Amino acid sequence: MAVAVAHGAEAAELRRAWHRSGQRRRLVSLLLVAPLFLYVLLTFMLPIGLVLYRAFENPELIEAFPETASTLSGWDGGEGLPPDPVFATFARELADAPKRATAEAARRLNYEISGFRTLISSSARKIDSIEPAEPSAMRDALIELDARWGEPAYWHAMKRATPSYTPYYILAAVDLRQDDRGDVVQAPEDQRTYVDILLRTLRIAAVVTLVCLLLGFPLANLMANASGPFAVVLMIAVMLPFWTSLLARTSAWIVLLQKEGLVNSLLAWLGLIQAPLELIFNTTGLYIVMVHMMLPFMVLPLYATMKGIPPHFMKASASLGAHPLRGFLHVYLPMTLPGVGAGALLTFIVTVGYYITPSLVASASDQMVGYFIAFFANTTINWGMASALGMVLLACVVVLYLIAARMVGIRQLAGLK
Amino acid sequence: MTRGNIVEFAGVQKSYDGRHLVIHDLDLGIRHGEFLTLLGASGSGKTTTLMMLAGFETPTRGHILMKGVPIEHLPPHRRGIGVVFQNYALFPHMSVAQNLAYPLKMRGDDRATIARRVEKFVHMVRLEGMEHRRPSELSGGQQQRVALARALVFEPDLVLMDEPLGALDKALREHMQDEIRQIHRELGVTVVYVTHDQSEALAMSDRIAIFQDGRIAQIAAPEELYERPASAFVAGFIGENNLLAGRSEGSAADGRCRITLASGAEARAALPGGRTRPTGQVTLAVRPERLAIGRPAELLANRLRGRITDVAYLGDHLRAQVDIGGGQRMIVRKPVDQFPERPTIGAEILVGWREEDGLVFS
Ligand SMILES: Nc1ncnc2c1ncn2[C@@H]1O[C@H](COP(=O)(O)OP(=O)(O)O)[C@@H](O)[C@H]1O
Ligand SMILES: [Mg+2]
Repeated sequence: MAVAVAHGAEAAELRRAWHRSGQRRRLVSLLLVAPLFLYVLLTFMLPIGLVLYRAFENPELIEAFPETASTLSGWDGGEGLPPDPVFATFARELADAPKRATAEAARRLNYEISGFRTLISSSARKIDSIEPAEPSAMRDALIELDARWGEPAYWHAMKRATPSYTPYYILAAVDLRQDDRGDVVQAPEDQRTYVDILLRTLRIAAVVTLVCLLLGFPLANLMANASGPFAVVLMIAVMLPFWTSLLARTSAWIVLLQKEGLVNSLLAWLGLIQAPLELIFNTTGLYIVMVHMMLPFMVLPLYATMKGIPPHFMKASASLGAHPLRGFLHVYLPMTLPGVGAGALLTFIVTVGYYITPSLVASASDQMVGYFIAFFANTTINWGMASALGMVLLACVVVLYLIAARMVGIRQLAGLK
Repeated sequence: MTRGNIVEFAGVQKSYDGRHLVIHDLDLGIRHGEFLTLLGASGSGKTTTLMMLAGFETPTRGHILMKGVPIEHLPPHRRGIGVVFQNYALFPHMSVAQNLAYPLKMRGDDRATIARRVEKFVHMVRLEGMEHRRPSELSGGQQQRVALARALVFEPDLVLMDEPLGALDKALREHMQDEIRQIHRELGVTVVYVTHDQSEALAMSDRIAIFQDGRIAQIAAPEELYERPASAFVAGFIGENNLLAGRSEGSAADGRCRITLASGAEARAALPGGRTRPTGQVTLAVRPERLAIGRPAELLANRLRGRITDVAYLGDHLRAQVDIGGGQRMIVRKPVDQFPERPTIGAEILVGWREEDGLVFS
């Protein structure tokens, strides 16, 4: 039995001695994990931080038209046009700004109102023809140049695009926007796309997870109870997808499932079908291929959990008078729940972020969030949108993880129990 | 019901691999209400026997009858036999009360009955106040009691226990032995108990079946096993014993057996009636506590001179090893005050025993 040291001074001395005795060991273990810590910091925490930053960063207008930006932020954004000096400053800066900065600002403004890009570029081309004049004259001159400068909506859009940080991207990623009064409202019906895409992504991931669970549970059970060589063969069969390249596997599926592919030929030869089935480049294909890709993520945690359930629990259940089926439901199944939770979470999270396979085997209307992130990052170079979609995806995964951790317990999810 | 046999093993054999027999021709009757212990070294087939009875293994040959009905092909869940597993096998996701309610729920008992029975058995194993704990929140001894209560709560006629106290420390084990005995008396249930601990078997059982390599070497009440072992194996297995190799000169007219030990010394042993007189190589068995030393030994039929090679002080008694020549040793165990003086290593000593305390096995 441990007895606490009674006296204050003695206790403090003991604590010091205890601390000293462990210091060296703690230092060494800290040094040993330092490289990993640095690596994680650089390759994981930093990119996430950058993505977060990119989703809110808003430098384009400030760089191109710094003074316009500051005068616009002084405007109360009420009904009607901004005060005349804004026009004058803007006209001067539009004439002076470097081409590249103007193009960036035009691209940014085009997100707010489509057509803004051409408005800026055509105005920039013609701005040199305007003679410097009184602010009110400048206003009329700009409106003369293009009547759209007389519409308050464009100036409101410009004001929204001026702060250093903007909620624009993150709002857009969930089909919201700020109206001219600064209130958050739903995007016009014909522009609402991302919520649908997000829901579709979650739905696909949920279906893939469920199918993997239904297929993987019996398989993991068989593996956990198989003996000797058979267990090894099963394990290899499950791991095989892990050992082949993602692209090779995906192409193999395309070969198998296409119109003249092996599966259709076989079914036709057996006389089961008249016309070839559409098995790929649609939702069916997406599910077939994704389930195959994700099965190991489900089976391995399940297998690990089941392997840790000794057979005597089912024996005890039988000895207590339970039919094997009831024993399975009341005893075995609850004991596999940590594995089910871990496997389902892993499968779901990996599926939600999948990008290459869906982009190769699914139709345009089946694309998942990952596809659009890649699209914004690679094709339109819209880092704000790519980052915001990434943040939304990350938020979904974190919420899901918290729910799962609450239900199954975080230590069990991590495989610590 | 008559106090006949509740279970009958008839010519049961078991092989796991189709080549080696783990159980050879087991014939065993288990009496109604008795406390029968299967005792044997590890690997001697005790668990296999128990598992065949519980229904988790099928006999390769032979029959198992329960109340006269063959049950080899009855699945475990329909046998109605309680089992306490060595590692308890408590369901970790259920509370104590839920573990106890499980067999009752499986039998379709109504809520009130379940609650009453659970309460009764929680009380019986003295776990009041722990009903809502999970097994992982209990000590080893408490888990043991839950396992016990769970195997008994549906009031089976027969309960099997496979080394149920193996994981407990000595003091707790002895305490639980008493409790299990008491529960057995209270409920009148038949218990088949497996252990490899002979003192546990002696303390608890009505009868003990000694397993030796898949066969029953002897089945008898503890006292008979101790006093009249059927073979040298049993004599050596139950309690401490001096087993001395020697040669028997064959028949003697007075119904006694003369044995020449390795040192050339001669010993005589009485043969209980009906036993054939062994000749040739024999084993003489004498219990250490039946040996007399010093002056009292001088009056006895068998006397040997020896030298003390080791002494152990065990509190209530002393245990000395005596070299009796010819490479043979005997162990003497006596209360401390019965040693003439405190024995010293190297000292000469006279050991002796009565004729009827020596048992001869061929
Ligand atoms: N499931 C099994 N498969 C193969 N051999 C087994 C199995 N169970 C036990 N055995 C073998 O049968 C013999 C008896 O084992 P067991 O009945 O467990 O002995 P005990 O309980 O007396 O220690 C041992 O040699 C053991 O190796
Ligand atoms: Mg055993």
